[in-house]
This record gives sequence, structure tokens and C-alpha cells, in this order.
Amino acid sequence: MEFGDILLAVAIMLGKSLLMLVALLIFIAYALYADRKVWAAVQLRRGPNVVGPWGLLQSFADLLKFVLKEPIIPAPANKGMFLLAPLLMCTLSLAAWAVIPLNAGWAIADINVGILYIFAISSLGVYGVIMGGWASNSKYPFLGALRSAAQMVSYEVSIGFVIVTVLMCAGTLNLSAIVEAQNSSLGILGWYWLPLFPMFVVFFISAMAETNRPPFDLPEAESELVAGYMVEYSSTPYLLFMLGEYVAIMTMCALGTILFLGGWLSPIPFAPFTWVPGVIWFVLKASFLFILIAMVKALVPRYRYDQLMRLGWKVFLPLSLAMVVIVAAVLMATGNAPGVR
Amino acid sequence: MRLELSMTVTAAFFYLFATITIASGFMVIASRNPVQSVLFLILAFVNAAGLFLLMGAEFLAMILVIVYVGAVAVLFLFVVMMLDVDFAALRQGFLQYLPIGGLIGLILLLELILVVGTYTVDPGLVRSPQVPIPSADVMTNTEAIGQVLYTRYFYFFQAAGLILLVAMIGAIVLTLRERVGVRRQDISKQNARTQETAVEVRKVPFRQGI
Repeated sequence: MEFGDILLAVAIMLGKSLLMLVALLIFIAYALYADRKVWAAVQLRRGPNVVGPWGLLQSFADLLKFVLKEPIIPAPANKGMFLLAPLLMCTLSLAAWAVIPLNAGWAIADINVGILYIFAISSLGVYGVIMGGWASNSKYPFLGALRSAAQMVSYEVSIGFVIVTVLMCAGTLNLSAIVEAQNSSLGILGWYWLPLFPMFVVFFISAMAETNRPPFDLPEAESELVAGYMVEYSSTPYLLFMLGEYVAIMTMCALGTILFLGGWLSPIPFAPFTWVPGVIWFVLKASFLFILIAMVKALVPRYRYDQLMRLGWKVFLPLSLAMVVIVAAVLMATGNAPGVR
Repeated sequence: MRLELSMTVTAAFFYLFATITIASGFMVIASRNPVQSVLFLILAFVNAAGLFLLMGAEFLAMILVIVYVGAVAVLFLFVVMMLDVDFAALRQGFLQYLPIGGLIGLILLLELILVVGTYTVDPGLVRSPQVPIPSADVMTNTEAIGQVLYTRYFYFFQAAGLILLVAMIGAIVLTLRERVGVRRQDISKQNARTQETAVEVRKVPFRQGI
């Protein structure tokens, strides 16, 4: 029966992953809908309201439309890599969700280096962009790919330093343990967003730049830069790129929730609030971050490319580097540094 | 029995990762398209990270992916994509350079054999480690690396960092060129402009101008 045990364990793991995947994708479908609704509301429009009641089925209609269209592959394109790129992007951004704990002990894989895993996976996302742009074998996608790759690599640096400051406070790389480290009798005031507020802001902005969201959506600035690496894409491959992008945005929201907003913890640590299941708090917090990102899209004009690079390298990098030193110094001076013996 | 089975699974994964690593390492030098070579190199890195994971060195595995795949190989790919070299023409002289290449390979192989053959474990380590090595469930390997990296090997670590810093500054100095006549934006100057300094309202007398 030993072999059966292993099979059973594998089956349970597959079931968990499938459940997570389906829940995540349905949530993303409605996040997309919310994104468009928020955008519309800010601009005094109605937004999607035709498909289904209040337009609730809009995302699914879009999905059907994308899948049923004809995928066009340009003749000079490198066919294999052209199709591999969107698949890679989508798979990688979904893979990050394997370690995200939605509740105490709810992560599919509760690994010791969870935060590094997410960082590694999100740094791989750039390959989907480069490969897509290169395989199209056309000038504009190639230029777009170089532009987006440089952008994603630049903002990874500041995200890395933001993560380091949180890690110094929590003293662990395990995502569940980072959430538990924020658990105190202060509730919402004990989470890291308050003591590390500048880093929270840097993280929020860098997350938008990293996932190519407005105001940093130069990869798809169709009005002035002829879109970007995905010019030649249509139908399902394009859908995979877009889906990968939205999953990456949700990953960043979840990461922000874990690092700064106390994950599944209740904001008020008293009886009626602690009865609410942690996963609800988690989803609420992640949705809050997502709505903020959607609002930014509606409110802020697009950055110019040189402004984007300046912000990343000349503002965020020195700021986050200084904060790493300051946070370390404060932790050592007050004797709160975890793991120092 | 249980242990044996899990060993088998581990071994299966080891052979999977090892085979892909070696195969993609071979493809790096064998593939005709340089961009494909770099992509195979990335595949080799990722599988090497998988091998690290099998050994329980999770920190090293993730750092390998972040540093080599996430940063170094991206720059590689950038450079290779920008190159406009006819690689088919470069391969024309393959046979011509084969003896030199073979000689270098042979020397490297000999050196490796010499080094590995005479390798002995540091007697200081064998006698007794000053600190007993804790088991994996007591201390994660991230913590373990941190404990020695910033204490025992502190100077080496800092020296490595210094070398990288010098290399970085050197690269910048080599490629920096001062171009004259380039119009640059000074953001702080732009932000310092107000309506008073930027706009001047004048009363222009009729038929006289300013």
C-alpha cells in the first residue's frame, strides 16, 4: 500500500492545486470586471452592463470571444517560440500561487523560502515578454519587448529591497510565518504597513510598474508607442498574455496583503471579528489593494519612459536602500531584531 | 519500505533534472541560433536549481534562479538579440579552430582531474567542528548560511562584494561618454517653475509692440 499512499498524496495535491486554480481564475474574471467598472465609475460611464445581470458575465463572454477567434501567426515568426511565450507567461504567473497562504496552513506548498520563490517566479515572467517580442520577428514587438523587459528588471530591484525590509522585521522567509509575525494585540496597527509605510508605498508603485499596469503600461501604450511585445498576438495567445498579466497583478496584491496587511489576520483582534474565517479577510484585503490599483489606472496619466526609468533607479532604489539600512539600525538599536543572539 | 520508495522518487527526479541539465548544456553549444542557446542555458540553470532543491538547499536554488535566470541571463539575451552576426559564417572555420579548442579542453580536463584527485577535506573540519552542525529541522539552511556568511566568512563576503562593485564602476567608466550639446531635462528645475517665473503678462501698447 506504500505506493498507494504516494499516489493518494499526489492526487490530493493535484486536487488542491486544481481547486486553487479554478477559484483564482473565477476571482480574476470578476477582478477584471471590477477593474472596468471602477474605471467607468471614475469617468462617469456605466462600464460593462450588457452581458448577464449588471454585466456580470462580461469576462466570460470575452473569454469565449478570444478562444473562438482565429489565432494568426505571422509568416516570419519563430512559430514554436511565438506560441511558447504566452504559455510561459501564464504558467509562471499561476505557479506563484502555489505558496500563497490564504489562511493559516492553507498554502498548497508551505515552503521555507516562500517569498524567494515568488520573487524568483516573478523575475522569470520577463522571459515571456522577451521571447514574445523576439519570436514575432517584427520591429515594433521587438522594441516593445526590450522596453518592457528593461522596465520589469528595473522595478524588481526596488521590490527586492522592500521585501528585505519586511524580512528583517519578520525574521523569516516563510510567508505564513511573516503573517504570524504581524499578529499582535494591536490588530491593524500592528501590521507592517504602519511602521514601514514608505516601503508600502514603494511596494505599491513598484508592483504596478512590475506588472505593467497603468500609469506604467508602456508595454501596451497603443496610442503612442504602437503597443508593445504583443502587437502580433491575437486570439488565445493574446488571451494568455492578458491572463498572465492579471494573475501577476493579483499575485502582487496577495503579496502586499501578506507583507504589509497581515494576511489572514483580523484587523480588530476581538471576538466577533476573529470568528470571521481568515480567508475572507485575506480576499477582502487583496481586493482592497486591487481596487486601489484600478483607481490609479483611472486617475493617473501614463508615465513617459524616461520618467519611469528615473523613478525606478534614481528615486526608489536609493530610497529603499536607505530604508534597509535605517530599518536594520532601528531594529538593532531597539533590540527588536529577530534571530539575533 | 516507505523510505525506499521515497528514495526512488527522489532518484527519479534527480535523473530527470540531471539529464535535462546535461542535454540543455549540450544544446547551448550545439544549437544554431544564439537566442536558442541562451534559452537552453536558462533551462540548464532552472534544472540545476531543481538539483539544489533535491539536496535540500532551497535557499541556493532560489538564489540561483533569481540571480542567474532572473538577472544575468536576461542581460545575455538582450545582448545576443541585438547582435547582428551571421553565425553560419562563424561556423565555417570550425574545423580550423578545432585543434586549439581541443587542446584547451584537454588542459582544463587535466587540471580538473588533478584538483579533484588530490582533494582532501580540511583536517580542521574533520577533527571537530567548533559548533555542532544542527539538523535541518532545527535551523533552516537560509539561517545556517547567514550564520557563517556574516561571521566566519565576513571578510571574504565583503571582498567579493567589493570586487563586484569595482567591476560595476569599471564597466560604467568604460562605456560612459560625455556628449556635448545634448539637451537634458532637469526635473528639479522643471518642478521649481511656477506661474510667476514661467509666464510674464505684459500690457502691449497698440502699434508699438514690445
